Amino acid sequence: MSEKEYIYFPGCSLEASAIEYDMSVRKVLAALGVKLIEPDDWSCCGSTPAHSVDHVFAAAVAARNLAIVEKMGASTVITACPACLSAFKKAHLRMKKEEGFKKEVNAILDEPYNCGVTAKSVLQILVEDIGPKPVAEKVTLDFPDLKVAPYYGCIINRPPEIMEFDDPENPMAMDNLMTSVGVKVCDFAFKVECCGAAFGVAKRKMVNELSSKVLSMALDAGANCLVVTCQLCHQNLDLRQGQINNTMGSSFNIPVLFFTQVMGLTYGYSPQELGIDKHNIQAEGLLKTRRPVEERIKEEQEKAKAKKPKAKKAEEEES
Amino acid sequence: MEPINLTEKTDWQFIDQVKKESLQDPALCYQCGNCTAGCPYTKYFDYPVSQVMRLFQTGQKETILNSRSIWLCATCETCTTRCPCEIDIAHIMDVLRIIARRENYVSEKDVKTFYDSFLSSMKHHGRVFEVGILMGYNFKSGHLLADADLGPKILGKGKIHFLPTRIKGRDKVAEIFRKFQEMRKNRV
Ligand code: SF4
Ligand code: SF4
Repeated sequence: MSEKEYIYFPGCSLEASAIEYDMSVRKVLAALGVKLIEPDDWSCCGSTPAHSVDHVFAAAVAARNLAIVEKMGASTVITACPACLSAFKKAHLRMKKEEGFKKEVNAILDEPYNCGVTAKSVLQILVEDIGPKPVAEKVTLDFPDLKVAPYYGCIINRPPEIMEFDDPENPMAMDNLMTSVGVKVCDFAFKVECCGAAFGVAKRKMVNELSSKVLSMALDAGANCLVVTCQLCHQNLDLRQGQINNTMGSSFNIPVLFFTQVMGLTYGYSPQELGIDKHNIQAEGLLKTRRPVEERIKEEQEKAKAKKPKAKKAEEEES
Repeated sequence: MEPINLTEKTDWQFIDQVKKESLQDPALCYQCGNCTAGCPYTKYFDYPVSQVMRLFQTGQKETILNSRSIWLCATCETCTTRCPCEIDIAHIMDVLRIIARRENYVSEKDVKTFYDSFLSSMKHHGRVFEVGILMGYNFKSGHLLADADLGPKILGKGKIHFLPTRIKGRDKVAEIFRKFQEMRKNRV
């Protein structure tokens, strides 16, 4: 496989409370022959708090990073964090569209940003640049008992004019990726419903209520695990699952994994290598059910063999 | 939906200001309610988002800037994605929050305190330092034990840094804050 190279922006959460997301992204992309280069001295994208202050300010703190990437001679930056992605895309598109806005932003930056960098999610490059076949070829382990509800959260592909990827109401990128690595996917109606976003600290009860709806919908759909693309969703659904139970009087105990962790598990990495032991809700029971993918292939072949004679018979009868 | 009480005289200047800052035209809204139907926060808003749009159309500045809705909006982009008139409603909510902050209307103090704590961390270190944000928030909000129950769940898992990551260019980030303040002074 030809080596691919990307500039990778981890973002503040993936350095700390969501370190396992970063670990699993690096593991999976390395397995797929992708080399990641971290920009030197990157800073916070600004996230929600910056755009509650002012749009020029918010664009500037995001564009400082885009300018660094531009200076490295690259035209694409990838990130796993939807908040960073959204901040980069919003800053970039508005600066590109409005000359006056661009001038104002560049006036408060030490190095100007010339609008030459496209931001993409890790999910997007897995789908568009790498593709399902290479993704599937790396699978060594099968997960017969795992049934996931793919939860995308609100902003990774909305609004569509800005995020420019996948369907805004019924996204399929993660569904398809899970299918590619042989994992069963549930039909999940709450794919893009909001989990409570960044209000966990200031408005905990509200967030617990919103997240509990996501969890109960996943259980209703028949899932025994949620897969997510956003560390804030993960925090609200996994770390706060005990709080949810206290607030709602519920008894949820459902693991929440990053999609890259599920991919890594099928590639044969240990839960520790993917940081799954760092989660609040442990997935041990499910993880024990992994088996070599050859066993599944053998099973399928046997099933097919058992069916074949019948099919032949039917054909013979017809002719 | 409850009828809304239009107690204020139409503030045309406010309408113009929001139009200019958001580049959106409130006249396009025909009050279909699609935004409110999809908004995950309708239950928590004092004015559902389509009513905020109506209040904007009718220039009810005080009611809007005093509303809790503009602080509880999570910028989830559902309304913007679904509006049949292609109004960027989430962006309007953002602009209203910005104006409220600028003019010192803060109906949801805890939300603003959390954002401020985040920004202060960013200004000092260049990247945000999660433990610092939480401590800053707890101290300033008076909710000293907010999320204290989560501590034991992450301690010892290598997720908490007790010291911030300080980037070399943190003075450059602080410089963005300073230059922005200056720009804002000149704007007025
Ligand atoms: S969806 Fe658009 S047109 Fe309908 S009420 Fe909301 S803002 Fe108005
Ligand atoms: S962006 Fe704000 S107003 Fe719009 S649907 Fe989301 S929370 Fe509601």
